[in-house]
Amino acid sequence: MKKKLVCIGNGMAGMRTVEEILKLEPDMYEISVFGEEPHENYNRILLSPVLAGEKTIDDIILNSAEWYTENNITLYKNEKVVEIDRIRNQVKGENGTVLDYDRLLVATGSTAFIIPVPGHQLEGVIGFRDIKDVNTMLSAAKTGKNAVVIGGGLLGLEAANGLRKQGMSVTVVHLLDTLMERQLDKTAASLLKRSLEDTGLNFKMEAQTEEILGTDGKVSAVKFKDGSTVDADLVVMAVGIRPNINLAQQAGLQCERGILVDDTLQTYDPKIYAIGECVQHRGQVYGLVAPLFEQAKVCANHLVDLGYSRYEGSVTSTKLKVTGIDLFSAGNFTGTDNSEDIIFQDPSIGVYKKLVIEDDKIIGAVLYGATLDGSWYFQLMRDETDISAMRDKLLFGQAHLGDSGHGDEDHILTMPDDAEVCGCNGVCKGDIVDAIVKKNLFTLDDVRAHTKASNSCGSCTALVEQLLASTLGNDYSASPAHKPLCKCTDLTHDEVKDAIIEKKLTSIHDVFEALDWKTPDGCATCRPALNYYLISTFPNVAEDDSQSRFINERAHGNIQKDGTYSVVPRMWGGVTNPAELRAIADVADKYDVKLVKVTGGQRLDLFGLTKEQLPHIWADLNKAGFVSGHAYGKALRTVKTCVGSEWCRFGTQDSTGMGIKLEKMTWGSWTPHKFKIAVSGCPRNCAEATIKDFGVVAVDSGWELHVGGNGGIKVRVTDLLCKVTTEEEVQEYCGAFMQLYREQAHYLERTAPWIERVGLKYVQEIIVDDAEERKALYERFLASQEISQIDPWAELAKKPESPQFKPLKRIEA
Amino acid sequence: MSQQFTIGTLNDIPQMGATTVETPNGRYAIFRTRNDDVFALRDQCPHKQGPLSQGIVAGNIVICPLHNWRIDLTSGKVQAPDSGCVNTLPIEAQADGTLILTLAD
Repeated sequence: MKKKLVCIGNGMAGMRTVEEILKLEPDMYEISVFGEEPHENYNRILLSPVLAGEKTIDDIILNSAEWYTENNITLYKNEKVVEIDRIRNQVKGENGTVLDYDRLLVATGSTAFIIPVPGHQLEGVIGFRDIKDVNTMLSAAKTGKNAVVIGGGLLGLEAANGLRKQGMSVTVVHLLDTLMERQLDKTAASLLKRSLEDTGLNFKMEAQTEEILGTDGKVSAVKFKDGSTVDADLVVMAVGIRPNINLAQQAGLQCERGILVDDTLQTYDPKIYAIGECVQHRGQVYGLVAPLFEQAKVCANHLVDLGYSRYEGSVTSTKLKVTGIDLFSAGNFTGTDNSEDIIFQDPSIGVYKKLVIEDDKIIGAVLYGATLDGSWYFQLMRDETDISAMRDKLLFGQAHLGDSGHGDEDHILTMPDDAEVCGCNGVCKGDIVDAIVKKNLFTLDDVRAHTKASNSCGSCTALVEQLLASTLGNDYSASPAHKPLCKCTDLTHDEVKDAIIEKKLTSIHDVFEALDWKTPDGCATCRPALNYYLISTFPNVAEDDSQSRFINERAHGNIQKDGTYSVVPRMWGGVTNPAELRAIADVADKYDVKLVKVTGGQRLDLFGLTKEQLPHIWADLNKAGFVSGHAYGKALRTVKTCVGSEWCRFGTQDSTGMGIKLEKMTWGSWTPHKFKIAVSGCPRNCAEATIKDFGVVAVDSGWELHVGGNGGIKVRVTDLLCKVTTEEEVQEYCGAFMQLYREQAHYLERTAPWIERVGLKYVQEIIVDDAEERKALYERFLASQEISQIDPWAELAKKPESPQFKPLKRIEA
Repeated sequence: MSQQFTIGTLNDIPQMGATTVETPNGRYAIFRTRNDDVFALRDQCPHKQGPLSQGIVAGNIVICPLHNWRIDLTSGKVQAPDSGCVNTLPIEAQADGTLILTLAD
């Protein structure tokens, strides 16, 4: 027999939990749902656009009647629950429905707080909470002229904006002198007030409502403490929400401001869980959607008896859903005694940015007029990243560090619908917004799956996140603080890596077993990551599972769009000679190579080879003295050099020789992502060393070492690590830096984002300041190289008949 | 009439891996899962003709190496949110591991 789950509340929190349960254990429960409203579940956060006439009710329905039927969920809509009987484990509805439960989910949400001033019960005084309120406002706008919105917070301003768009003359009344004081500082609030005034809204600040006046039981005006009055055909109270806890209180469940729950969303009654705006968790009550989605995941995890997930509270950020106004706020934006503000303000273009910094970390942010970097700052804030090294550039945003693919297009609101956001997959702004609304997408992953935007190179991720935020407003849940490695686990990269070390796991299936993987074989995201973590943590011991490597690393070539491969032989330091060139020319002729191309890393790339040809061409290249160039791997790629002091009249050191030494030392090493090195012979930097993962620039007195550069999607110039004098030192620092990166970065994280995440200071403390640690890292690097420097081509060239390369059989017609 | 062909043995294919067979109807990818189930699918992703035999196999899914489309080995169906399907052929591993592929004419 199925267990019975009853959910009180048919809102976003309750249904999100039910959806999460269905994903995990679709057959575990017989599910019934009570909803007080006469509707299916809808997207409450999109009520503002409905009021503004930008969307219809149908647009915002999340789960249709069919969805309930298909999933065998009984919906009692239009029925309020009047009693929870915890002795009999029963729930009673006002229409006489009585249901037994094995588990009860309380998701009663919250109601708008109505200030109990005289006249608050008059017709035409409402909150802004549900479809009914919106319908009341829409019909008031048809007959009446004047509206007063009490409350200059997020919700109040959205209501006011909607009513104005419906043609009403709207006055916003606020108790304080700053709008949205919980999200904005004074400067941003006054900018906001000015632009809202420009749209035609009226404001009455520092005004306390004394009474609501009426005629014939209908509202007619609002009177204030200072004696003044404002005419009103409609009064919307948006001064806050109160969790709906009456029902829970009557049932004897412990409540304070909300229903008390623990980290599993369980109430004091172990059979009863509660979620959403009605709960109080670690002293916090949330009124935004993002935390609620995080809660739903955890709650479902416990309701289906998995029991390992925990909710530890949410950090929230805010976005105002008023068309044409770009506003972002997060964290502590007013600062503390020890914090400092970094501020950029340009009134003529209407931009204001403020970051609050404490102990070299961002603790709060307010952005007005240019919010593209909101999600980046938010991420830095939640990751507690040390920002000291990029402090001078921080305020100009992530794009300032360089960007490709969409030029300087960073103002999402002014972008036309047909503007291309994702240059890789040709996805326009309109496509993305459409998909978000019509397919009810809430996260970056959702958008990636449904539109392919931001799914390839990722350079438009900030733009897509921006679109999500501006379409969904508060409800956009930015990537969660604890980002799981992939959908097969709830653990993060770091948690998985730590577990591998701690539990001494040496094979992928050991990891799956020890860490309760959700899928039997993992997926194309986690398997390559795990394989890397295993072989880099326990070189020599862990098995390198070739089936968990991407095809390029299995075939030791780069797969091309037509399924053929390209092959790059290694040319140490980019130096070659007539014999080598002749050998390559012969091979190119023999295998009918379609294209020979000089790469950006100073190598020759041979294109158009079939898989069957690979072992044969490798054998021929081996014979001529070549080994694999690893142009296909998450590995040391190339060491690019300039000619240096041997030939160049400006050269200060032998950069070519140095580059060859580095390449001989580092080739064959697997790294979290590709790793490029360059050595320039003088500060003219012809080898472009300052956009490489490890760049060496010769100066007269020695060598400058640079790290964390990138010339790809996001151009990032290296940070100067330090200066050294001898070639031996260059090698030691290079090996130590690579080893630190190999041990600590996440799989598929280039050195640039890794350094931005951990901070340059951290890397310097280990590599530059701590000679002992540097030597230990260098030794670990060399030890791992002893078993890594085997040419994969030579191994595989011995088996040209293997079914890995050749069809198992040819069946003739 | 359909015709049966012995194409090799189970051990010719790595677990969670694939090999290929050329047929008069084009190249087919022969997959072996971790449970030693075998499947034969046209070696061509319906998206941009990527060689599915080169993809990563997880459970009964292969992930196309070109753009990560996910294809169900049992049905040949492309997994949501993408859509499409890949032709499949009946294939069977006998008790001794011999693989028998059936071609319709």
